[in-house]
Formats: sequence, structure tokens, C-alpha cells
Amino acid sequence: MPVIVEAQNLQKNYNGFPAVAGIDFKIQKGQCFGILGPNGAGKTTVVVMIYCFHPVSGGKLTVFGKDVNNDPRAIKKRLGVVPQENNLDLELSVRENLLIYAGYYGIKKDVAEKRAKELLYFFGLSDKAGHEVDKISGGMKRRLTIARGLIHTPDLLILDEPTTGLDPQSRRLIWEHLRQLKKKGLTLILTTHYLEEATQLCDDLIIMDKGIILEEGKPADLIKKQVGAKIVEIDIEPTHKNSLIASVQNMISGYQLAGNTLYLFIPEDETAVMKILNTSNYADAYQIRPANLEDVFLKLTGRGLSYEEVSGYESSSFAKTS
Amino acid sequence: MKAAALPKLHKWASYYSPVNRWALKVFTRNLFVFRKTWTTNLVFNIVEPLLYLAALGAGLGMLVEDIEGMSYTQFIAPGIIATSAMWAAAAECSYDSFVRMYYQKIYHAIVATPINLEEVVTGELLYGTFKSVLSGTVIMSVVAVLGLVPSPWALLIPVVLVLNGMAFSQLAMIWTGIVPKIDNFAYFFTLVITPMFLFSGVFFPLDVLPQVLQQLAWLLPLYHIVALLRSLTLGLVSIDLLFHVLWLLVFILIIFPLPQYLMHRRLIK
Ligand SMILES: Nc1ncnc2c1ncn2[C@@H]1O[C@H](COP(=O)(O)OP(=O)(O)O)[C@@H](O)[C@H]1O
Ligand SMILES: [Mg+2]
Repeated sequence: MPVIVEAQNLQKNYNGFPAVAGIDFKIQKGQCFGILGPNGAGKTTVVVMIYCFHPVSGGKLTVFGKDVNNDPRAIKKRLGVVPQENNLDLELSVRENLLIYAGYYGIKKDVAEKRAKELLYFFGLSDKAGHEVDKISGGMKRRLTIARGLIHTPDLLILDEPTTGLDPQSRRLIWEHLRQLKKKGLTLILTTHYLEEATQLCDDLIIMDKGIILEEGKPADLIKKQVGAKIVEIDIEPTHKNSLIASVQNMISGYQLAGNTLYLFIPEDETAVMKILNTSNYADAYQIRPANLEDVFLKLTGRGLSYEEVSGYESSSFAKTS
Repeated sequence: MKAAALPKLHKWASYYSPVNRWALKVFTRNLFVFRKTWTTNLVFNIVEPLLYLAALGAGLGMLVEDIEGMSYTQFIAPGIIATSAMWAAAAECSYDSFVRMYYQKIYHAIVATPINLEEVVTGELLYGTFKSVLSGTVIMSVVAVLGLVPSPWALLIPVVLVLNGMAFSQLAMIWTGIVPKIDNFAYFFTLVITPMFLFSGVFFPLDVLPQVLQQLAWLLPLYHIVALLRSLTLGLVSIDLLFHVLWLLVFILIIFPLPQYLMHRRLIK
């Protein structure tokens, strides 16, 4: 598989502040590559360097095999951008937004009209074609921005938090569209702080925090590696924690304590742990669920993805005891 | 010698490379929007200068004796053309450009395409110039209908207005590259545009002023524009006019890289 984007020790400083502090990654053709991380992690900074807006401060970044420092115009011709903040042309209609954008790429008028029509249809915006952009919903604006990023049939589409701020239904609709684009073979870069979005869409992802990469891999592998198959969440008095842990120690791969909730990481099967919990005096109430990326993130940083510091946080991984 | 001078020349020329077909695409985008809004746009631009002409010409003019052999209305008419064109360019590349750059993030949207920021700025300058020439030409036509443009040399006025439009689009764009908030444009209009409006020989011949002020007026681009327009409306054409044209060309070329540089510094980190 050809490599579309490659970063080597990539760095970005804003007036000395290291927003991206030396990261390495490779994005392959046809992949949906995720950049997952909380606000301020440096996700936007990474993608703006890929679409050649801000220059890199250090390291090397190549897109389509070209250095971003050398030939931004050639790179930008081949990529589509959906920025974090909508920047549609409010003075133009839905359709005109696509046509004017096509003009920037030097696309001929009749080709542009045809392409705009297809895209409006694909994104379910055909009946809004003549509407003012101001008057359509947030979800539609987002879809229009994605359509605009595809007007020149790019080889790579960059989406910076494409569903942030949208209601769950609009979000799912966008996911569906992105899945279809992926199926057609388009390479996608997606930044997000929604673990569900990353899990559903990304083939490969990096988890970023404070300008560095904490982990990388396929979502399922990452979960398995970091926390295991399942999580048991237990309401517990922190003082009872140690005795409970001691009793299940060789059945779990690790645990986290956040406030009064203890998370046990279960590598494969939970029956053994359940037996102990059912007879334990310490576990006030508990539930079992599949492990997810949020658990990975919490384990790696001690914070939730949605940002608030978890008080009384403690985490530990055990070496396999068998 | 020559080998050393060449790369320098090349670097110098690169400041002007954004004047290209990509910049023209940005200009086209603005023109497209203009086609949707031109009526309100133009009416606004025409009414004000005509009010000045009416109040100052028909009102104040009654109290003022003829200047250099012409009626007061005749004297101020070319200046009114020049200033209305100046205001059009200055407003377009300040308030309107700022809204596109800061609030609507249109510059960001365009820079994500093959077009670069310098070309966006150049496209904006071209559009400011276009609106300025249009405004000035419309006013000139109205003034001509009133019989205040006696000479056919006036047909060259739109050409001069291109220089006028470019100069003031650039001056406004410099501020757009600097001001933190849209309110700060008040300084630009109070400190730059209004003095220009008042002391460039639009309303009175500058030789009534002290020598120092007369010399300072020479530094104002509008002074040269007014001198050119007044001569062309009256058909008083001489080789001296080329000097004013040269002054304006040099001014435009020298400050051209400045708005590019400032906008780059503002947006690209
Ligand atoms: N233009 C800028 N100037 C200065 N600091 C910036 C700029 N853009 C982002 N930052 C800082 O860089 C860090 C990373 O920001 P960003 O890349 O936007 O993160 P994310 O997209 O993950 O939320 C943040 O601390 C942010 O405040
Ligand atoms: Mg961001």
C-alpha cells in the first residue's frame, strides 16, 4: 500500500509553545486514519500542517511524496479540507458555494455543475441547492462543507472534527456518508474527540495528548492491548479497594480507580471475577461492559476524553501472572 | 557583478508574483457576490458624493468667489469623483475584507485550495480597485450630465481611477492586516482617510495654505489624483501630469508587498 502522508519527528511551535512535539506516523492509501485526543491535544495543528496552512517548525512532513515546504500548491490540488470551523460562503447559496469553490481549482463550469449536482444528491442536499447557507441546519452546513471538500475529486479528504457540536442523528448521518466514501477507496484523515466516531470509522489511529502520541494502532487492537476485552465497573469505598483487588489480582490485567468507581480490566472472560464479586462484601454495585477507547484514554492519561480531570485517579497494570 | 545582482532582482520580482491567474479567481469570487448585491452597493456609493456636491456646490459655492476662473462647483467636482472612489476602495479593503477574513474565514477556506494567501490578498486588492473605479466612473458620469466635465480628456479618468483604487485598497489592506478588532478601523479613517479627504486640494486650492502644509500634501496620494482629475476634466493637459502618474505608480509598487506581508504575519503562524 502506498504511503500518502508521512510525518517524521514532526513539530510545531506557536511562539515557542510546542503544540506538536515530535510525532511520527504514516497514512496509507485507502485508509481512514484517526487522530483522537481531547481539546488542545494538537489535532488541528497536525492537519493544518498537512494541508499546508501553517509551516512545520521541525521534522519532516510529506504528502503524496512531496515535502509540504516545497510544493504546497501541488499538494493542495489533490486534497480536500473540511476545517474545524465552518467557513462556508454565507453570501452564496448552497449550490453556488460548490461552484465558486470549483472555480478555485480551475474546474470548467459545466464539469463543476455536474459534479455539484452529484454531490448535493449524495449528501441529501438537492432540494436545498438554491437556499442561502445561513438558512440551513448545522448538520446540513457540515455536509455541505464535506461536499465542498470533494468538488475536485481529491485523493485525500481531511476532516477536522466533522461532527463536533452536531446532534446524534446528524452525526450518524455523516458517519454513514464517510463510510460510503471510504468504500469508494477515498483516503480519509479524521480528527475527533468522540471515541465512538473513532471506533466506528477509523482503520488506524493515533491517540494524542499535549502534542505527543500516546498510542497508535487499530482501535480493536489498542483496546485489547491496553485494557482487554471487558470492563467491570464497581461502586466501592476507596478504602476497600485494596482488599478487593487482592482477591481478583490474578484474573485481571489491570485496574483504574476514578473517584468511587473502580474499573477492572478483564482480558478475556469475566466469570471468575464475577464469582468473587458476588460473594464480596466490598462491591456495592457493579456492571460489565465491553472495553472501549475511552478506557484506553483514561488509562493513558488519567483524564476522560471530554477533558475534566478525574479526581482520586489511580491506575495500575499487572504483569500477566499465569 | 551581474551574477550577484540577478538573484536579488529575482527575489524582488517574487514580491509581485501573486499578481497572477490565481488572484484573478479570488477577484472573480468577489465579483460573483457583487453581482448579487450591486444595486444597494452602488446606490450607497453614489448618494453620498452627490450630497456633498449639492451642499458644497449649490450651498457653500454661493458664498465663494470663482477659483482659478471656475465656479466653486466646477472646482470641487473632480475632487468629489476622486474622493468617492477613494472611499469605495478604502471601505472595501477595510471593513468588508476584515469581515471576510476574520468573521467568515473566507481566506482560510480559499487558502485550503491551490490558491495561497498572497494571491487572496491580491485578489481582494483587485476587487477593491474594481469597486473604486466603478464608483468613480458612475459619479463622473453623473457629474458629466450636470455639465461639469467639459473636456473629452475626461475619458482617461477611469485609468487614473485604477491607480487611485489600487493605492487606497493597499492602504486599507495594510490596516486589515494589523487591527485586532473591526472597531479599530476608525483610526484608519480618522488618521488617514479624512485628512486626505480634507487636505488634498479637493475643497480649496492648496496654495492658500502655509508652505509647509503644501509640501506635506505632496506626500498624499489623493493630492496627485485630484491634480490629475482636475486637469483631465478641464482638458488642461501637459507633460506635468505624467509626473503625478509616475508618483502614484511608484507609491503602488513600493507598498505592494506590505499588505501581503502583514496578512501573512497575521494568519500564518
Ligand atoms: N494559532 C495559534 N497560536 C497559538 N497557539 C495555538 C494556535 N493554534 C493552536 N494553539 C495551541 O496549540 C495547542 C493545540 O491546539 P490544537 O491543534 O487546536 O488542538 P486540538 O485541535 O487537538 O484541540 C493548544 O494548546 C492551542 O491553544
Ligand atoms: Mg481542533
